[in-house]
Amino acid sequence: MKSIVEILKERILVLDGAMGTMLQAYHFSEEDFRGAQFKDWPLSVKGNNDMLSITQPDAIKAVHRSYFEAGADIVETNTFSSTTIAMADYEMEDHVYQLNFEAAKIAREVADEFTASQPKKPRFVAGSIGPTNKTGSMSPDVNDPGYRAITFDELRIAYKQQAEALLDGGSDLLLVETVFDTLNAKAALFAIEEVKEERQIEVPVMLSGTITDASGRTLSGQTAEAFLISVSHIPLLSVGLNCALGAEALIPHLKAIASNTTYGVSAHPNAGLPNAFGEYDESPQEMAAQIKEYLDKKLVNIVGGCCGTTPDHIRAIAELVSEFKPRAIAFPHN
Amino acid sequence: MQAIKQTKYLKLSGLEPLVLNPQSNFINIGERTNVAGSRKFLRLIKEEKYDEALAIAREQVEGGAQIIDINMDDGMIDGKEAMVRFLHLIMAEPDISRVPIMIDSSKWEIIEAGLQVVQGKCVVNSISLKEGEDVFRHQVKLLKRYGAAVIVMAFDEVGQADNYERRCEIAQRSYNIMVNELGFPSEDIIFDLNIFPVATGMEEHRRNAIDFIEATHWVRCHLTNASVSGGVSNVSFSFRGNNTVREAMHSAFLYHAIQKGMNMGIVNPSMLEVYDDIPKELLEHVEDVILDRRADATERLLDFADSVKGVVKTQVQQLEWREKQLQDRITHSLVKGLDTFIIEDVEEARLLASKPLEVIEVNLMIGMGVVGDLFGEGKMFLPQVVKSARVMKKAVAHLMPFIEAEKDENSRAQGKVLLATVKGDVHDIGKNIVGVVLACNNYEIVDLGVMVPPEKILEEAQKHQVDVIGLSGLITPSLDEMVHVAKEMKRLGFEIPLLIGGATTSRAHTAVKIAEQYDHGVVHVLDASRSVPVVSTLINENTCGEFLKETYGEYDKLRDGYLNRARKKVYLPLEEARANKFKIDWNAENLYKPKKLGVAVMEDLDFNELVPYLDWTPFFQSWELHGKYPAILTDAVVGEQASELFKDATEMLTRILDEKWFTAKAVYGLFAANTKENADDIEVYTDANRTEVLETILTLRQQSKKGAGKPNIALADFVAPKETGLQDYIGGFCVTTGFGVEEIAEKYKEDLDDYNSIMVKALGDRFAEAFAEYLHDKVRKEFWGYASAENLSNEDLIREEYQGIRPAPGYPACPDHTEKRTLWRLLDVEKNIGVTLTESLAMWPTASVSGLYFSHTQSRYFGLGKITKEQVHDFAKRRGFTKEVAERWLQPNLNE
Repeated sequence: MKSIVEILKERILVLDGAMGTMLQAYHFSEEDFRGAQFKDWPLSVKGNNDMLSITQPDAIKAVHRSYFEAGADIVETNTFSSTTIAMADYEMEDHVYQLNFEAAKIAREVADEFTASQPKKPRFVAGSIGPTNKTGSMSPDVNDPGYRAITFDELRIAYKQQAEALLDGGSDLLLVETVFDTLNAKAALFAIEEVKEERQIEVPVMLSGTITDASGRTLSGQTAEAFLISVSHIPLLSVGLNCALGAEALIPHLKAIASNTTYGVSAHPNAGLPNAFGEYDESPQEMAAQIKEYLDKKLVNIVGGCCGTTPDHIRAIAELVSEFKPRAIAFPHN
Repeated sequence: MQAIKQTKYLKLSGLEPLVLNPQSNFINIGERTNVAGSRKFLRLIKEEKYDEALAIAREQVEGGAQIIDINMDDGMIDGKEAMVRFLHLIMAEPDISRVPIMIDSSKWEIIEAGLQVVQGKCVVNSISLKEGEDVFRHQVKLLKRYGAAVIVMAFDEVGQADNYERRCEIAQRSYNIMVNELGFPSEDIIFDLNIFPVATGMEEHRRNAIDFIEATHWVRCHLTNASVSGGVSNVSFSFRGNNTVREAMHSAFLYHAIQKGMNMGIVNPSMLEVYDDIPKELLEHVEDVILDRRADATERLLDFADSVKGVVKTQVQQLEWREKQLQDRITHSLVKGLDTFIIEDVEEARLLASKPLEVIEVNLMIGMGVVGDLFGEGKMFLPQVVKSARVMKKAVAHLMPFIEAEKDENSRAQGKVLLATVKGDVHDIGKNIVGVVLACNNYEIVDLGVMVPPEKILEEAQKHQVDVIGLSGLITPSLDEMVHVAKEMKRLGFEIPLLIGGATTSRAHTAVKIAEQYDHGVVHVLDASRSVPVVSTLINENTCGEFLKETYGEYDKLRDGYLNRARKKVYLPLEEARANKFKIDWNAENLYKPKKLGVAVMEDLDFNELVPYLDWTPFFQSWELHGKYPAILTDAVVGEQASELFKDATEMLTRILDEKWFTAKAVYGLFAANTKENADDIEVYTDANRTEVLETILTLRQQSKKGAGKPNIALADFVAPKETGLQDYIGGFCVTTGFGVEEIAEKYKEDLDDYNSIMVKALGDRFAEAFAEYLHDKVRKEFWGYASAENLSNEDLIREEYQGIRPAPGYPACPDHTEKRTLWRLLDVEKNIGVTLTESLAMWPTASVSGLYFSHTQSRYFGLGKITKEQVHDFAKRRGFTKEVAERWLQPNLNE
């Protein structure tokens, strides 16, 4: 079977869409979230989507399946918040290994089903590593700009735990995503390098930042190109942007990245901007029309969806990309 | 010529990218935020004035630095903590953090701590093979993982590379390990190939420049993608004082080095001549030296250098500006501080004006307005402004008789400012500078001089109906005096603002101690340049309220911060602190008996002997030019001014020496001594029998809780305790060079020449410090003789690398000023050399230094820090003070 690196040179790959939007349809109750394992948990856990990999694995599998059916090559594990840092809100720090391991394991199972039935289109599992809810280079206290709520080492240790569990569970690659503070991302990359060295393995890594508003900068203030430079010391399968903005608004920033890197470039934008009710209402066709511009301009190698996107959006994107040649890339580490 | 091998370019980032490319082929690094290079920055960090330290970083970025170098390597600060804290704060300032950071330290742990808090891609400065390949490999591997570029010094286990072969060899070896073995990105390597001076007269330095240039080329042609950097001003070090030659050398050096591939460095833009503008003959001589083109190149350039010393430029300019309009000429004289033509021009203006006052109000004020603006924008520096004021005063003096004759009642200054150095304090350089700067801006100054009692300050303020009172002071007891004046102002119902300034004052002290005493505005003014905007804002009714509100808001924050901080620190009970004293393994071998015990006087010293001991860095500081000498002379921002000031100072120095302006006197004593049982007091004995106690020297002990293994030090720890039975010794001294200084300063003042008046005082202070250094040297090597084999350069002396210390009462190791009284008795200072103490225990004349001598190899300088009331009360008992009196003297060190 061809490796993802080889495939990426041949065609544009499709990443899945939103997990949260899909899970909303299940209307899980507090009890559903708790399942058997956490039925006596002292805190309310409704809304802790990541724990559904343990308590409602069938629902998570169904979402993965629907994205693969829609044409996705890669699905992300349901582990966006599965670090000790982010899980502290639910006091589930001690369950972080299990959360990541189980999430990777079920995604692996679904991916293997599809690969077995369509060997020419192998499916991949990307272990999703979110940004945590703390920032390494900004102070949460406006009156004390020198304060930091978290250190590099605390981030590094948390990310390392997550990465190890995701790999143990069967992830093919790791996706450090929704990076709003580059220092957090650097800690994650540092941790992944440690794991690679200790285990003597190579792991493809995707890295995806977030431009938060019209200023064209990350939350921690970097331009897209500065962000790119800050994370390019680690060999990456792809570097790109996700979330926050709709597809069209990402174009200038994707250009800044695509024209300055030899790594692959990824994009998984939201389905437009949220409306007055916080819902994303851009249709699959509308979104695909904007993504076509990425392809016309040869900006991307991997494309998918973030908040508000559904299997229909991914289907529209998958149909679109099959007609295009990928952006040329070089992998210095191969 | 071989071609430079480059397939990839160095990329760095702050909030914004910085990419080297063939177009932007030379990157300039800002190095003002470096404690090793900038005394000002060091002081700000030591005093935890991070806001001001940030301002320096900001100025550099605004001034065009493309990378800022940050260095916190100093023995007196916790480098790791300071690095992290400063970087945290920089990250919160987008106008600074937009550029990449250069994390500069000789300590790996500081580098790593820095890398852990910066999101952008930094440059690490520096690593090398100095400690061998294993350490180097470890560091390179981690740098790759953190994602940083790195400066690699041409330095290996043997030493620094100083010729072509060694430079190439070390660079090649480093590169092989980094790129071929460890896969470090070749474009992230920057070699610093060591720029050394040429034309030093030493045969082995002849090829210093050309070897660097050739090695640069070799590196760029053989070590693909690597960059080459260096500190350019080093190359012209032999021509200090001759900027024409230095500027030409820098541009010629850069011209050739950049052609050969140097693409990064620290260069002072104001010390660069345009290569094509270098006069042909000069260029030829300079290039002969840089490129080592002939054996006698150095001699020829030295001969030629004298002939070009700044001549060419000034002549041409002089002719040109005299052709301009009258107003332009007046402005030019004021801005350039030239008094040659001012009377002539002012007279011309007077004849054209309807009344003589108009010349001041229009012509001169337009000129001074330009000066004020340039100063405000940081384009002029204090020495220049003081020179401008001198020209202004001359012009006004010329006009005064005509104005008097017309008796115009309508003239009114912008406002009246009363200035005084408070009771007990005699230091007035800073206050005089503020006076001059304000006077330049058309404020009327009522200067009451030094040692002014509070009653007089307030009486004169009422009498003259002043708009603002400004208090100045340098020694710590003056802080209390200022608090007292503020209280009195409240009691007497004053309603005008009070300004606080001087070296020991701070925003924090003003906020916590003074501002609360008086309701109509107490404002700390950092330096002379701030005095004008502050005073003008305060005098204007429309802006005053808002400004005070803002200032007091900041004070509230500072006060809260201070109180929280004070609370957070843990202090040991005195007994525990004593138990954790600095422990010395006492043995007789480390104790030295002085050749002769007792008191001796030294008079009529030849000042020429002191010249090698002069430390110029503080001299520049007194003029608010910050940077380390001699680097300051080539500093990007203040270099030109510093050089000019230095030239004027050197001229005056020659006169001081030739015309014997000052008298130097010193008294010192060496005594048998042992530390008492209480561990904090030192008994000084009348003679070697140690039976009779002559005086007891009281020392104070650090009380803040220390990390494991760190002692709570007191000076007494450096003298052998009685119970050891060992015979130890101590010394004391007072030197002065102040006799003569005041008289000459006064004479200049009468001649309306504040510039030279301030200059002579600043030089007097420098000589006193030099004398103290000189005497200490003699004491170490001869009189006491414990370091007879010592041989240190002046730089080492300034860095205090000698054995033993000479702490001064009133300074960090011994903040207790009252110790001076003991010293005065011990040495009979007043009778022997005539130096007296004021009621606040300042020395008169001001150009004096006094202190104690400790000889033990392990004795070292330290800061006492805060202490508790328990110790202050114990001290009171030992000193025979009441608790209140002791608390007053030690107020600045009290922890509450």
